[in-house]
Amino acid sequence: MHGLLNRAIQRFLCDTHGGECWTHVARVAGVDPGGFEAMLTYEDELTEAVLEAAVARLDLPREMILEDLGTYLVSHPDLEALRRLLRFGGETFVDFLFSLDDLPERARLAVPDLELPELELAEDTEGGVAIRCRGGWPGVEYVLQGMLRALADDYGALAVLDVIERGPGQATVSISLLDTAFHKGRSFSLVADR
Amino acid sequence: MTGAARQGGAIMLDGAVLGRLLPMHLCLDAEGRVRQAGPTLERIAGTELAGRPFAEVVSLRRPAAATDIAGLLALAGRPLKLTLAVAPALPLKGLVAGLPDGGALIDISMGISLIEAVSRFDLTLGDFSPSDLAVELLYLHEAKSVVSAELSRLAERLNGARVSAEKEAATDTLTGLANRRRLDATLARLLGQGRAFALMQIDLDYFKLVNDTHGHDVGDAVLREVAHLLRAQCRTQDLVARVGGDEFVMILVDIVEPFRIARIAERLIRQIEEPIPVGMRECRISASIGVSVFSRQDSPDPKRLMREADCALYQSKGAGRARVTVFTRPEGAADNTDAA
Repeated sequence: MHGLLNRAIQRFLCDTHGGECWTHVARVAGVDPGGFEAMLTYEDELTEAVLEAAVARLDLPREMILEDLGTYLVSHPDLEALRRLLRFGGETFVDFLFSLDDLPERARLAVPDLELPELELAEDTEGGVAIRCRGGWPGVEYVLQGMLRALADDYGALAVLDVIERGPGQATVSISLLDTAFHKGRSFSLVADR
Repeated sequence: MTGAARQGGAIMLDGAVLGRLLPMHLCLDAEGRVRQAGPTLERIAGTELAGRPFAEVVSLRRPAAATDIAGLLALAGRPLKLTLAVAPALPLKGLVAGLPDGGALIDISMGISLIEAVSRFDLTLGDFSPSDLAVELLYLHEAKSVVSAELSRLAERLNGARVSAEKEAATDTLTGLANRRRLDATLARLLGQGRAFALMQIDLDYFKLVNDTHGHDVGDAVLREVAHLLRAQCRTQDLVARVGGDEFVMILVDIVEPFRIARIAERLIRQIEEPIPVGMRECRISASIGVSVFSRQDSPDPKRLMREADCALYQSKGAGRARVTVFTRPEGAADNTDAA
């Protein structure tokens, strides 16, 4: 898996659960002591070993760790660059959701060898949205759920999210929008502060 | 269809629709006055533009300046370079089209000034038409910055690893001095540059006795102390290497006069002969030194230089140790060597 994703997991474990936790997980999983390099690619098995070691160490369900990872990616101040890139998707949370189909292509514009799961959007009759997530590694839908929850908050929208269907190689995340302007949300300007 | 109607062969658009389609347009009447302006353009100008002569709002730079409507219409269909009166240093792109009533429509784009313009006028997603690629360009610019920052961090880390690996590969682990490899590389470099230098072979005397009497740990401590003494005599351009158990080589750059070399070498021997305290003991050793000299007119042969220094060292040892010999070539004086 791409180093960006592995490095994201590493930073999440470090920042959220402490450096000691990461050192332990890295040792058990057999990660190089220097950690992951964001711009290199690693075997999928290594990522799997890291996640397994994290589940064992933290004694938390894998789904919960992955969802926290998603939230972390959007909301941690050190990863502001990623939040900003996501916010280019649209001016409102709904616009953003409608841009999700393009997300893998957008990611590839920035990093040509970055493979993200395919996302397919469907609206239901009650104004809710279902996102079908295909490909990617097992449990990636929980990362997506965490990211979307944090992004809803970022845009100031109130939404209820759930992973509703899980099958081999695919899953669906449902989003019910309760209020698109629940609070002010965080600001986004097209050009980053210099 | 709201806001648009067909009339003959022309399409009529109302102002709001035109503004959404081309948020940076100027619609001019036959006198060259602004009839209406796109919302983003007005936002940038900071004021309402309607009624103003176009030349007060934009300045055409290429392919030609134009201040009246006739001049402007003459440029219709050609790629324009222009600036806004509020931002004369910000180059923009544009296109002019003639209108049936004798007026003109100018559409303006940020072109390559996009990033600066967005930051300067605090533009938002809503200031661009959704069909405009400007936002994708901003996204790409930002993504590229993030990725290249990550890549340069990677390059830095790899370079750090390379530098320390090279340093390790060229260092004697016991004393921290250069090793044979680095000595060879330095010799090759100096010979390549044609820089004059003295090559000093230093061989410790009575060191084997220290090792045999007090053991290797004490011997190692003595070697480290000698390394410290030698390093203290070096300038930054010089080099000290440990090339064998108790053999050292010093390269003194730009020093070729035998009397200067001899003075430096004798000082070194005196310092090495000072008792070296190791734990409760005091160790006494000495050193013999042989020197060869490379001057610009010599052929750059590292093997010969080492051989000559060896030969001089051998003479020092043979003359009773604790001595310095500077090798001199036969083509000069009668003697091969000049004992100092």
